[in-house]
Amino acid sequence: MAGGGATGGSVQADTYREARTWLLLPAWLVLGILTLAPLTIMLVYSFLTKDFRGGVVWDFSLAAYDQFFFDRGLFGDDPPRIEWTYIGIFWRSIWQAGLATLLSLAVGFPTAYFIATRPERERALWVFLVTIPYWVNLLIRTVSMRFLLRNEGPLNDGLMAIGVISEPLAIVNTNLAVQLGLFYSYLPFMVLPIYAAVERYNFALSEAAADLYAPRWTVLRRILLPAVRPGIVAGCILVFVPSLGSFLAPDLLGGARNFMIGSLIEEQFKGNAGNWPFGAAASMILLTLVLILLMVLARQSRKGEA
Amino acid sequence: MPQDRDIAIDVRDAVKRYGTFTALKRISLSIRDNEFFTLLGPSGCGKTTLLRMIAGFEEVTEGTIYLYGQEIDRLPPHKRPVNTVFQNYALFPHMDVLENVGFGLEMLGKSRAEARARAGDVLEMVQLSQFASRMPYQLSGGQQQRVALARALAPRPRVLLLDEPLSALDLKLRKAMQVELKHLQRETGITFIFVTHDQEEALTMSDRIAVMSEGELQQLGEAREIYERPRNVFVADFIGDTNLMEVTVDRIAGGRAQCHLGGGHKLTCDAVEGIGAGARVHMSLRPERLFLSARPVEEESLSGTVREMIYIGTDITTVVDLADGPQFTVRSSNSTRGNARVFEPGAKVAVNMEPGAARLLVD
Ligand SMILES: Nc1ncnc2c1ncn2[C@@H]1O[C@H](COP(=O)(O)OP(=O)(O)OP(=O)(O)O)[C@@H](O)[C@H]1O
Ligand SMILES: [Mg+2]
Repeated sequence: MAGGGATGGSVQADTYREARTWLLLPAWLVLGILTLAPLTIMLVYSFLTKDFRGGVVWDFSLAAYDQFFFDRGLFGDDPPRIEWTYIGIFWRSIWQAGLATLLSLAVGFPTAYFIATRPERERALWVFLVTIPYWVNLLIRTVSMRFLLRNEGPLNDGLMAIGVISEPLAIVNTNLAVQLGLFYSYLPFMVLPIYAAVERYNFALSEAAADLYAPRWTVLRRILLPAVRPGIVAGCILVFVPSLGSFLAPDLLGGARNFMIGSLIEEQFKGNAGNWPFGAAASMILLTLVLILLMVLARQSRKGEA
Repeated sequence: MPQDRDIAIDVRDAVKRYGTFTALKRISLSIRDNEFFTLLGPSGCGKTTLLRMIAGFEEVTEGTIYLYGQEIDRLPPHKRPVNTVFQNYALFPHMDVLENVGFGLEMLGKSRAEARARAGDVLEMVQLSQFASRMPYQLSGGQQQRVALARALAPRPRVLLLDEPLSALDLKLRKAMQVELKHLQRETGITFIFVTHDQEEALTMSDRIAVMSEGELQQLGEAREIYERPRNVFVADFIGDTNLMEVTVDRIAGGRAQCHLGGGHKLTCDAVEGIGAGARVHMSLRPERLFLSARPVEEESLSGTVREMIYIGTDITTVVDLADGPQFTVRSSNSTRGNARVFEPGAKVAVNMEPGAARLLVD
C-alpha cells in the first residue's frame, strides 16, 4: 500500500519518502505486536507436541492436525479413519452462526431501514437506543438471556399467561437458544453498517423505479437491495465471524450438547486438562475457513461492481 | 366531470398542505392532449409539488386530478401511465444504459428481449446508441440527461413530466437540448409537462405556459399572450424585462385610458377592465417597444436625459431619466437598419412608444 499515495504526483511522494518509514512505524508496531506475532505463535504451537499439564514440548509434530481429522483408535495403531467429531462441531458452528446471521439480517435490515428513514435529527437518538444494551458486559447479557428464556422465565410465563401455550417451551439448552443468544450479542454489528448504507441511498431512485411501474417489492429487490449491498455484506461478516468463534452463548445457553468451535478451543487452553497444540490447530483451521469465506465474498462484491 | 378526450391532465381545485403550510392554494388547470405545457415560476412557488402530485409521489390534500377523464389522484405512482424525467436524473447506478432504459418496459411485462429491442430504438432516437453498454457513472451530465429522457420515453407514457431537466447543463448544451426536446415532443406526440424557472426557456419551448407564484396560478396562456398581455404586476415583472411605472388614471374615454406618471408626464393606453378613473395602478412598458429620438416625434413623447448607455452585443440598452420623473430603460437592436441611434450619457432625448407598448396592470 506504501506506493498508493504516489498517484497524486511523484513530487509529493518524494517529499515524504524519508519520513514515511518513521510515520508508518506505529502502524507496523501495532500490526506486528497485535496481529502477526500472536498468529505466528499460534501457527508454531499447532505444530508442537503437547505437554501433560498444559503447555507444549518443543518437538515438531503433526499430531494436533492428525487428531482433528483422523481417528486411529484408542491406542493409535488402527488404520486411520476420518474423525467426524470435530468436523461435526465445525459444521454445527457454521450452521449456528449462519442462522444467527440470517436472524440478525431479518431483524436488522428493517430496523436499519426504519432508522435511516426517520427525520435527520431523530436518527442519532434511534442509533443510540439500539446500542444502549451493548454497554452491558456480554457475559451478563448472555446470562440474563438464560433467565429470560428458561422454563420458569418471563418469556414462558408471559406466553402461558396470555394462553398461547399451556406448557413452558423448552428453549434453554437448544440450538434455538444459542442462535437467539448469538443474534442478540451481535445485532448492532448488523444494524449499523446497513443503516449507514441506507442513509446514503438516494431515495429518488426508488421514486424513479415506482414511476417506471415497479411495485413496492420490486423496487426493494431490484433497486434498494443492490444499492445497499455493501452494507449488508459488511453486516453479515461482522455478525457471522464473531458468532462462529463465540463460546459464551453456546456454553451458557446451549448446554453440553450444543458445543461450538469457540468452546472447543477454549477448553484446550483451560486448566491442566487442555491440549495447547490441538487448540492452536483448531484455531488455525477456523481462521483458514473464515479467510476463504471473506475472499469469496470480496470477489463477489467486486463482480457486482463491474 | 371532464370527459374531454382533448384534455390530457385536468387539475381541479388541487390544494397541497404540509402541516400548516399551504404549498398549493387551490389550483385548477387543464393541459391539452399533445401539448408542450410549461409550469413557470420562481423558486418555491410549488411547481415541483404540482408535478409530484401528478406523478403520484405526493398526495393531494384536496381536489382531484384527471388523466384523460379518469381520476388518478388515489392511484400509486406505479399505476399511473405517466413518466418523469427527474431533475438529477436518478439513473439506476448498478444498471447499464440499456437496462436503465428497458426497466420500465420490463415492469410493464414485456419480455427481456422485447424490452432491450425497444430500449435500443429509443436510445437511437436520442442519439445514444453507442453508449448502450456504459454504466451511468461513465457518462457526461448531458448524456445522463438524455438517458433519463430515453428511460422515461421508452414505455410510451401518455404524459411525460419533466422537472427542470436542463438546469444542470451548460448554456450551449441547454439550448441544443431545448430544440431537441421540442422536436421529440412533436415526433412522439406525447404530452409534455415541463417545469422551469427560466422564463426565456419557457417562452421558446412551450405551446402554453402556466405562470405560478406562491402556490397560485397567476396566468395561463400562450407565450405571446403572456408576454404581451400580462394580467398582473407579477407576470409582467417575471416574464422578460419591463419598465414598471406607477401611474394615475385621469380619464377613460373611447376604450383609452389617459394617465400620468410622476413628474406630470402624460401617457395614453388601452383601457383595462376593472381599472377606472382616479385609480393608482402599475403600467408595464417593454423596453424593446420604446425608441429614442433627439426631438419628440409625437405629442406624447416623454422628454429626459440619458444617464447610461449599455452595450450588450445584439442590443443597446439606454437608461433615461425623465425630467422630475421615473427612470426608463429603452432597448434597441444593434443594427444600422433599425431605429438605433446611439445617445451618449448626458444627451437630451425623447422616449417614444410603439402603439400598444404600454399596458395597465391590476396588482
Ligand atoms: N415535504 C415538504 N414539507 C414541507 N414543505 C415542503 C415540502 N416540500 C415542499 N415544501 C414547500 O413547498 C413549497 C413549494 O415547493 P416546490 O418544491 O414545489 O417549489 P418549486 O416551485 O419546485 O421550487 P424550485 O424552483 O426551487 O424547485 C416550498 O415553499 C417548499 O418549502
Ligand atoms: Mg422544484
